[in-house]
Amino acid sequence: MSLAGSLDHPRPQPHVHYRDATGANMRFDEAASRREWFEQRLAPLMDRLYGTALRLTRNPADAEDIVAEAVTKAWTQLDRLRDAQCFEGWLFHILTNTFVSEWRRRRCRPQPGGDDATEPSELDSASFTLFQQLHQPFLLWWGSLEDQFFNGLLQEDLERALDALPDAYRVTIVLVEVQGYTYEEVARLLGVPLGTVRSRLNRARCRLQKALWEHAREAGMVYHEGDGGTQR
Amino acid sequence: MSPRALSCEEVIERLFDYLDRELDPQQAADIEWHLQRCHDCFTRAEFERRLRDRVAATGTVKAPPRLQQRIRTLLDRFDESGTRQ
Repeated sequence: MSLAGSLDHPRPQPHVHYRDATGANMRFDEAASRREWFEQRLAPLMDRLYGTALRLTRNPADAEDIVAEAVTKAWTQLDRLRDAQCFEGWLFHILTNTFVSEWRRRRCRPQPGGDDATEPSELDSASFTLFQQLHQPFLLWWGSLEDQFFNGLLQEDLERALDALPDAYRVTIVLVEVQGYTYEEVARLLGVPLGTVRSRLNRARCRLQKALWEHAREAGMVYHEGDGGTQR
Repeated sequence: MSPRALSCEEVIERLFDYLDRELDPQQAADIEWHLQRCHDCFTRAEFERRLRDRVAATGTVKAPPRLQQRIRTLLDRFDESGTRQ
């Protein structure tokens, strides 16, 4: 694999497109065709809608509520959708707004037994990178520790690490890395300055990577032959 | 648009902005130009991209059948009441 060749698509594609497309009308001759049209487009998105809601809320019941509410809003506002091609991005934007409204409402109330609603700050290890822990400047005969790490990393490990992040960090990283929002869009959605989005994202990544590193060591996912571990 | 030579420190500093598509085309081209020539930075970029892809994949989880049913029921109710807006 050449370096140039593998860089053809180095950046992830955002999942959200045409988010603000509203205002014109799609007409349906009969209610049945409208329902059929809606359900045909909704069905392939359900796992991503639910998964995104689950990452945002951390709670299956809350995720189901958010998805059901977003789908209901989309159905009742379908006449406002300008372009059928925009349906997916439009629906995900409704989902996000539904979550953010509920999240803000809950943050105004005292959180039982937790400090998740506060702005996380001083406990962060902002300089930690997983890559620095794993990367060896030479080839190991059994392969690279990076590959070993990714091969051993299960989706549930990652979900657990994401869910363990403080609310403000988790929501920011999910909006950017799962949903593909720009930093400016996240700032607008959450009503915080752009700098806050950047710092939350940076801290979220550091915490996430540190948690994954600790998990990898505890689970024996990375093993450096001869010294019982990879810690330097 | 000719790429500007960046140091490894500059590239690593902007790496997440690059992966998050936050850079303008000139800045992105500068990063890409460096990554095509620097194995260390390329390796780091590839690692962060792989991890980012794995995080993105956590946004897809099989929707429970009861949610699918709940949505069908909601749409049925709208149909029955003839309510759209």
